[in-house]
Amino acid sequence: MILRGRAWKFGDDVDTDVIIPVKYCNTTDPQEFAKHCMEGMDPDFHKKVKPGDIIVANKNFGCGSSREPAPISIKALGISCVIAKTFARIFYRNAFNVGLPILECEDAPDQIQEGHDLEVNLDTGEIRDLSIEKSFKAKPIPSFMQNLLRDGGLMNHLAKTLNLRRI
Amino acid sequence: MGMTITEQILASHSGMEKVTPGDLINANVDIVMGHDLSIPEAITKLERIGVDRVFDQERIVIIPDHFTPNKDIQAAESCKRMREFARRHRISHYYEVGEVGIAHALLPEKGIVVPGDVVVGGDSHTCTYGALGAFAAGVGGTDLAAAMLTGMLWFKVPESMKFVYHGKLKKWVDGKDLILHTIGDIGVDGALYKAMEFTGEGIEQLPLSGRLTMANMAIEAGAKNGILQPDMVTVEYLKVRTNRPYTIFRSDAYADYADVREYDVGRIELQVAFPSLPSNTKPISEVGDVPVDQVVIGSCTNGRIEDLRVAAQVLRGNKVAPYVRLIIIPATQGVFRQAIQEGLFEIFLDAKAAISTPTCGPCVGGHMGVLAKGERAISTTNRNFIGRMGHPESEVYLSNPAVAAASAVKGRIANPEEVVKS
Repeated sequence: MILRGRAWKFGDDVDTDVIIPVKYCNTTDPQEFAKHCMEGMDPDFHKKVKPGDIIVANKNFGCGSSREPAPISIKALGISCVIAKTFARIFYRNAFNVGLPILECEDAPDQIQEGHDLEVNLDTGEIRDLSIEKSFKAKPIPSFMQNLLRDGGLMNHLAKTLNLRRI
Repeated sequence: MGMTITEQILASHSGMEKVTPGDLINANVDIVMGHDLSIPEAITKLERIGVDRVFDQERIVIIPDHFTPNKDIQAAESCKRMREFARRHRISHYYEVGEVGIAHALLPEKGIVVPGDVVVGGDSHTCTYGALGAFAAGVGGTDLAAAMLTGMLWFKVPESMKFVYHGKLKKWVDGKDLILHTIGDIGVDGALYKAMEFTGEGIEQLPLSGRLTMANMAIEAGAKNGILQPDMVTVEYLKVRTNRPYTIFRSDAYADYADVREYDVGRIELQVAFPSLPSNTKPISEVGDVPVDQVVIGSCTNGRIEDLRVAAQVLRGNKVAPYVRLIIIPATQGVFRQAIQEGLFEIFLDAKAAISTPTCGPCVGGHMGVLAKGERAISTTNRNFIGRMGHPESEVYLSNPAVAAASAVKGRIANPEEVVKS
């Protein structure tokens, strides 16, 4: 799958309280979460993002709480993918479980600048910065996680395994 | 090659003789915990695939602790949905307001978690139970739903890091200072995806409460789990709390660690974490003049009876500084009752502290002490991220209960030695 969008840059240790404060988590409506995505850094972030845009961050993205509204808010806002040097582990699981593609890449975040046009190939892990015509290689997604994504997240994977209705 | 305690527990729960870091395994789960924010998420996921059942109603624990007593209509609706689910499935470990407490204080207190267990919880601080020699990890709503339905969950076996604490603790220094110092040393991703194994005679001196504090904050270094070797302190703690049989696992002498770090606890001062990361720590002697508007003593990190005793020791005969709010939140009803029986409430009330029923409340900026723009708090909680306790332009400093209590008296971050005449 090929994703295309503009880069939005963030630094180290972007935590879940910044991605979505807990006061907005008392619902299960993804569109409500989306309105507050990244509010702790930029209250107008949700107004600026266009569908397909890509978040590029440094290390330990999504640290802190286990709240699943964090990846859900990003996905519901239309962000197609998050690229970071590393992800916090609960965020990493949650992202796959809710079907938000994420890629770990050591080099790309240092060179990609805000507003650059990016193209991401999820199958090969290739990240292309079209603005500076550079290409980066993300860590491959483990095949177990690829299966989860292919099935549409963990619940669908379970539904398939347990022979239940799919979402 | 031997196995660490974490690897042994994961192997025993996945029908394997041996597991190695990096292995993807499917493990049986002994206890699945969720609260008023994560359980409603999990129920939604279960509804979407059209199932309304759980794997074992005796092994699921449902705890209304975050926005309870219901802070607003939305919270009330979430709790109602969760309560109806608990009733419908006859969840044996459902605790209503009036008997509930903060999950990570309540589950150990009730003897629900035992050594050798695999525990998952829809809360990042689920790692707290590692203090009992269990493998415990936080998960999101989807993983929670999957575990509630199947009693199993996939894990990647983590590498382990060993933290060895030597020496004798200084006065007022406790588990909170050891873990803040450690996170300050390795950073908020210093143990990313890894198990943090805490060991050494510095740990053996700690009561179980201090060990729970340490395991609680493993997540603040990015860890998958924090874990301690059970000893006589653990066995004594469990004796009056549970009849459930348990297995004590022990890291092999020749187990493999990604890193080993050693600390002389005799050189660790009282610690304060400055905004807005738990790793931004300074020893108390380097804090300087930091006035505070609010002080919170409580939470899953430091709301146990031992914490309240220390706070009382500092507050006895003292008063909270003018225009400063001190909010004390016993973590469970059991702690609340014990504090009354020991006369701690008298001391708190004389000092002009507000005392709240158990709740996570202010720690997550939920209720019971939310901060305004520009306000500053020192708190015994575990996170000081931007906006954690309220307005994005408020600030949170983290410390142990003695420093927090002394700071309430002085109206600025203070060393308990300034307040207690010894």
